[in-house]
Amino acid sequence: MNIIVCVKRVPDTETRIRVGGDGTSIDPSGVKYVLSPYDEFAVEAALRLKEARGEGEVTVVSLGDDASQETLRTALAMGADRAVLLQGEVTPDGLATARGLAAEIGESDPPLVLLGVKAADDDGQQVGPMLATLLGRPCATAVSSFEVTDESVVCRSEVEGGTRVLELPLPAVVTITKGEYEPRYASLKGIMAAKRKPLEKKEAQTGPSRLRVKAVELPPERTAGRIVGEGPDAVPELVRLLREEANAL
Amino acid sequence: MASKFKGVDFYDLDSLFSDEERMIRDTIRGWVDERVLPIIEEAYIGRYFPRELATEMGELGMLGANLPEEYGCAGLNNVSYGLIMQELERGDSGIRSFASVQGALVMYPIHAFGSDEQKETWLPALASGKKIGCFGLTEPDFGSNPGGMITTARKTDGGWLLNGSKFWITNGSMADVAIVWAQTGELGDTKGIRGFVVPTDTPGFTATDQKGKLSLLASDTSELHLEDVEVPESALLPGAKGLKAPLMCLTQARYGIAWGAVGAAMACYVEALEYAGERIMFDGPIAGKQIQQIRLAEMVTGITQGQLMAYHLGRMKDEGTMTPQQVSMAKRANVDMACEVAREARRLLGGNGILVEYSAMRHMANLESVYTYEGTHDIHGLILGQAVTGLAAY
Ligand SMILES: Cc1cc2nc3c(=O)[nH]c(=O)nc-3n(C[C@H](O)[C@H](O)[C@H](O)COP(=O)(O)OP(=O)(O)OC[C@H]3O[C@@H](n4cnc5c(N)ncnc54)[C@H](O)[C@@H]3O)c2cc1C
Ligand SMILES: Cc1cc2nc3c(=O)[nH]c(=O)nc-3n(C[C@H](O)[C@H](O)[C@H](O)COP(=O)(O)OP(=O)(O)OC[C@H]3O[C@@H](n4cnc5c(N)ncnc54)[C@H](O)[C@@H]3O)c2cc1C
Repeated sequence: MNIIVCVKRVPDTETRIRVGGDGTSIDPSGVKYVLSPYDEFAVEAALRLKEARGEGEVTVVSLGDDASQETLRTALAMGADRAVLLQGEVTPDGLATARGLAAEIGESDPPLVLLGVKAADDDGQQVGPMLATLLGRPCATAVSSFEVTDESVVCRSEVEGGTRVLELPLPAVVTITKGEYEPRYASLKGIMAAKRKPLEKKEAQTGPSRLRVKAVELPPERTAGRIVGEGPDAVPELVRLLREEANAL
Repeated sequence: MASKFKGVDFYDLDSLFSDEERMIRDTIRGWVDERVLPIIEEAYIGRYFPRELATEMGELGMLGANLPEEYGCAGLNNVSYGLIMQELERGDSGIRSFASVQGALVMYPIHAFGSDEQKETWLPALASGKKIGCFGLTEPDFGSNPGGMITTARKTDGGWLLNGSKFWITNGSMADVAIVWAQTGELGDTKGIRGFVVPTDTPGFTATDQKGKLSLLASDTSELHLEDVEVPESALLPGAKGLKAPLMCLTQARYGIAWGAVGAAMACYVEALEYAGERIMFDGPIAGKQIQQIRLAEMVTGITQGQLMAYHLGRMKDEGTMTPQQVSMAKRANVDMACEVAREARRLLGGNGILVEYSAMRHMANLESVYTYEGTHDIHGLILGQAVTGLAAY
């Protein structure tokens, strides 16, 4: 079974973010970029499926600039077979990204398309479902594990208070979250082999973006804690503050 | 998988590495974060080498990583290999020592001097970490002067009879195979020294743990005893003739140490820098005090110098122009630097610096072994002295 995994290059979650001079982007200097961790789960899921079935090809697709090649190589080093870079601008408009991906994926029409549930940078959670809609396919989101038969995919998601199990007919789109698919380390041989695997570049067909970033701001500095009193006497004040200021009760 | 460890890169050396080299380094860095650092305290205090890491290192391709793919190795260039050593020693010198011995002192001689049969029998198993090897050169009375060794190999019908003792042997007790260096001719004749591939279950071969160490505690250091150990002719490494052969192995391992030492220093410096920023004494963080700033400045300078030296050495090795004397300089200078950095980091940490939950004192103690093994600091100084004056002063 051929599988396509859509992956995105994002700032390392350990990176200290600074706002760029324009106030609408992050300052890229000194920022380390990685394969978005949720996409990493999706790549791992695809590789395990391929290994379990002993057949099929895993293709990774990324929409972005040339630097995204490094992200694709990471997925190739993990074991994906080939990569496609859709060269284009990544906008905040999930629909534009989904259109770009749909144009590519529609051509090869693989039975299963996997994505991370969201990109670790903008937390959009849009691209997977929008891609499914554009492809006219069913979509399961935030899936922590799944099994595939020849006709369908059975997806488990952790929902409030339990697990939900969905069955989707193939072809389908599934977005993956943290759960079953702890990503493997790329072996050193895998890293060397990644150099020799095919990486195709194409112009992305995203269409216009209708969203515009107005501002990027850092969260306010955390203010110091406050001691409201000591012993049982402090309890009424503590309860009042928790109720009125913190809205925690 | 991204590592929490950002490394030390004051001179933007990252821009000199290829994408693959960086990816390899970052992979090992993440692995060390996840697999070595959480268990190293316990292994160190408990005085054992975490055996399960050997197989994982094999699976990821870290063992003999610069040897060719046809024998199951990763076939990396020497800069990548160096970066692996750097990252492993950022974890612990004992872990790096394991990989150095396995790759540079066991797999390398089998690859460089071994028969096809020896290569096919041992290299894939050693690359995967399923089998472990050790390297027996040093003897109780012959450390810096291995040419004087008194372990002997005497010709028998169809094989060899080995007798003698080897001291300070890394991986000795857990090894499945030992590369044993022995005198086949008259004692003192360095041309008569030959290497043997000896399975450790051969009758007459015993290994005992070296007790009482205060350094490199998460590493197996053992004595080997060979009492009438009989091996077939096929155990002889056909291409290893004379003392030059084990010295060539040591050049490989020393090359890795030049990188590894930088890793240990980086771990100590980063720990000290973080601690200094957080530790409030008197009116502010000690990072704001002149003494600590000079300390940190010296550390980062030493590390940067060490990185540049290791880097260029690696590029020369990849081009085939590196000389053993250049390796001596880098091993000597970088280990010395790392010893200093570890000690100063330990001091900056105050009372906490003597605890195992910080890494500085563990590295500091480890590095004393690294300072001594693979040619002591002094001996490498004498090698350099000879290189520049033309006069041997051993
Ligand atoms: C933890 C550990 C692991 C080791 N692992 C291995 C291993 O796997 N395989 C192996 O074969 N060996 C191993 N060794 C042995 C190591 O290589 C030797 O310890 C080293 O070569 C020094 O030899 P020595 O201890 O006999 O010291 P000596 O040679 O006795 O040296 C003692 C001191 O005298 C100095 N010295 C010696 N000769 C001269 C001279 N001519 N002029 C001036 N000063 C001199 C030295 O620099 C040193 O300071 C290991 C050692 C340690 C500590
Ligand atoms: C084994 C051991 C036994 C001990 N026994 C006792 C005991 O019996 N009783 C007892 O009371 N204490 C004891 N101590 C505590 C010991 O005296 C303290 O560790 C020591 O005073 C240093 O304090 P600290 O560890 O908090 O380090 P810090 O004071 O946090 O110092 C950290 C680093 O910052 C440096 N530094 C601090 N202030 C400045 C400054 N203004 N400018 C520049 N640099 C600065 C220090 O030199 C050090 O390098 C013991 C400590 C140890 C390790």
